[in-house]
Amino acid sequence: MKTDGGQALIRSLEREGVEVMFGLPGGAILPVYDPIIDSKIRHILVRHEQGAGHMAEGYAQATGKPGVAMVTSGPAATNIVTPLCDAYLDSIPMVVITGQVPTAAIGTDAFQECDTTGITASITKHNFLVTEAQDIPQVIKEAFHIATTGRPGPVLVDIPKDIVDPNSPRSTLEWEDSVEIDLPGYKVDTSVDPEAIQKAVELIQNAERPILYIGGGILKSRAAEALLELAELTGIHVVTTLMARGAFPDSHELCLGMPGMHGNFTAVTAMQESDLLVTLGARFDDRVTGKLDEFAVNAKIIHVDIDPAELGKVRQPDVPIQGDCRTAIEAMLSVLRASGSSDADRTAWKSRVSGWQERFPLVYEPSTPEQALKPQFVIEKLRDATPSDTIVASGVGQHQMWASQYWTFNHPYTWINSGGLGTMGFSIPAAIGAKVGCPEKMVWAIDGDGCFQMTAQELVTARVENIPIKVALLNNSYLGMVRQWQDMFYEERHSEVFLSKEIPDYKGWAESMGCFAMRVEDPEEVEEAIAQANEIEDRPVVIDFRTAAEEKVYPMVASGTGNSEVIVPPSQENEIR
Amino acid sequence: MSAEPKGHRDHILVVIVENKSGVLARVASLFARRAFNIQSLAVAPTEDDHLSRITIVVDGESAPIEQVVNQLDKLINVVDIQDLQPGHAIERELMLVTVAVEPEHRDDIVEQLDRAGGKVMSVGTDSMMLSLVGDPDHIDTFENLLRPFGIIEIQRTGRVALANLDETIE
Ligand SMILES: Cc1ncc(C[n+]2csc(CCOP(=O)(O)OP(=O)(O)O)c2C)c(N)n1
Ligand SMILES: [Mg+2]
Repeated sequence: MKTDGGQALIRSLEREGVEVMFGLPGGAILPVYDPIIDSKIRHILVRHEQGAGHMAEGYAQATGKPGVAMVTSGPAATNIVTPLCDAYLDSIPMVVITGQVPTAAIGTDAFQECDTTGITASITKHNFLVTEAQDIPQVIKEAFHIATTGRPGPVLVDIPKDIVDPNSPRSTLEWEDSVEIDLPGYKVDTSVDPEAIQKAVELIQNAERPILYIGGGILKSRAAEALLELAELTGIHVVTTLMARGAFPDSHELCLGMPGMHGNFTAVTAMQESDLLVTLGARFDDRVTGKLDEFAVNAKIIHVDIDPAELGKVRQPDVPIQGDCRTAIEAMLSVLRASGSSDADRTAWKSRVSGWQERFPLVYEPSTPEQALKPQFVIEKLRDATPSDTIVASGVGQHQMWASQYWTFNHPYTWINSGGLGTMGFSIPAAIGAKVGCPEKMVWAIDGDGCFQMTAQELVTARVENIPIKVALLNNSYLGMVRQWQDMFYEERHSEVFLSKEIPDYKGWAESMGCFAMRVEDPEEVEEAIAQANEIEDRPVVIDFRTAAEEKVYPMVASGTGNSEVIVPPSQENEIR
Repeated sequence: MSAEPKGHRDHILVVIVENKSGVLARVASLFARRAFNIQSLAVAPTEDDHLSRITIVVDGESAPIEQVVNQLDKLINVVDIQDLQPGHAIERELMLVTVAVEPEHRDDIVEQLDRAGGKVMSVGTDSMMLSLVGDPDHIDTFENLLRPFGIIEIQRTGRVALANLDETIE
């Protein structure tokens, strides 16, 4: 059957099972927007292309399905560069389609031309510039295959206008009922080496101070259940990195919470003192290791990762295992079940761990009557007033760290944040994407005032497209995280971190975007406001919580220092000696 | 690119890539982004039209070679990578060089060139263009020998290499 490139593109997306896409049209991509009218794919019209990218990421994180975004050439393509890089660093499956000037105009500095594949080559898992209409179906299939298999990641497909425009002779193609992928250089090996598994199990059995160091790869390989079984069978404590919050239930007695720069004392210290780090889908990020030569110096390393380039990139493993995390855990489980879980005596270690937990819990000082709200207090109230499977999407800054610390994540895929790139403005569009993917779940964005001002316009999208997310704005009038560094490392000299106490009027702004909005200053009003927000189903809600600007995120391992030098909150300083 | 003789910390990677536009740029930009150093690079089609062969000499001190190989292997267009061990491959490089030579020194140079196995490509009034093919050490030696005369222009191709056959004796 003869068709044109635009039709073929949309049909190819349908064939991949795409249900939703996020985007905004323009000149070069116009011909592809026409067939959308007749497609069953839901298209969500964003207000800025960065929003489309983050929505696709949020959708992918919440559902495990690839997120799809489509935008035009030039400025639209550059607007989506940030989400591509974000998805690349956090290994999020995403397919982005960009319009391009007609093939004959490529290289001439035509109107809205930019070298999209050149710009995005190093921040995508792969990208394609399609030059023949006939190639569109195969390339789309390959794009989804690459984005979703192995270590997932973003793939960009750049489409020149002449191969999709029905008025151009170059857009005609023969539609085939099926296409084959042809990627001779792409092979995904998910199997694991049984000998390495055997060695890993022996290390696990003999370790006296083992820790399960869990990264986002566990969620990507859908291994949360297998992990729970592994932890329970071996009795080993678990730390979940910022990318893995929810992969293991926070309420579980073996859960030590988040490690790293703002991890809790016990998680950081237990890793530091460990003799075996069972590393599953984590990548020894500098935010986790602190100063590398001082990181967990006595620990042997088992490292499981689907991406062989992660093995030995930062820390040389004693047992490298290339493969899928779930397959690896299941293989370990069957060896462990056959041979018994442990020969080592871990009583001393367990009592050290519980000692740290008792002495160094996460704490903050409750606000005094004349003080503004404590952000941690707001998060605790929100956590307690929402269903346990509520999806939380956060921005980047102090509020992100408090959200990760004070929320209790008991379900996988309920925490969505920008870990690797640390993209301010991530939360609102990501929350929208998550809500589109999981309409039955409650979705809260926990945002900072700095972040909110970067992408708040997508609340218009949320209202118009009927996507009722809720936003808890932790408004401290500052770029709080930067202020914290200036407080701690620049002698409290504040340079360009104060935003404004009164401008903008967040409540008025949110209302003008069609949201229900409240402003809360008094601790007594917090619960009531959240309860009211939770009742509203027909529109987005924004609560402007006025929070204390001087509050700091503790504990902290200062940049460049080792993980043995945890800075604890003032109230715990006498515990450290 | 410097003509200093290289020690054996260099690795020769033979990278087989899909013969598509932009692939060389992907390989080169990967090296730049990951701060790996390239000593030399040679690209050409192979016996199979769909594939090209890129021979890259990598400074093994700028990054562990496994890391370079693993990152390269993640490029979708990279089909195969061989890390050729020094002494287990035949390496060749071509040098074209124009040297300043007074007519009375010509014979001298030609004699050296003959011994090295090179050819005279062109002769000017007070200069000569020579070519020499050989393994890189051989070329380094000859280049050093020419220096005192004055090198006017030089172009070396960078190394190409194929793994030794079992019976090959170099
Ligand atoms: C796009 C972008 N620009 C700058 C930064 C650097 N940065 C990290 S946190 C932060 C402050 C965030 O302020 P806000 O959203 O108010 O959150 P808070 O720390 O106050 O909770 C800044 C500027 C960043 N991460 N992303
Ligand atoms: Mg702030």
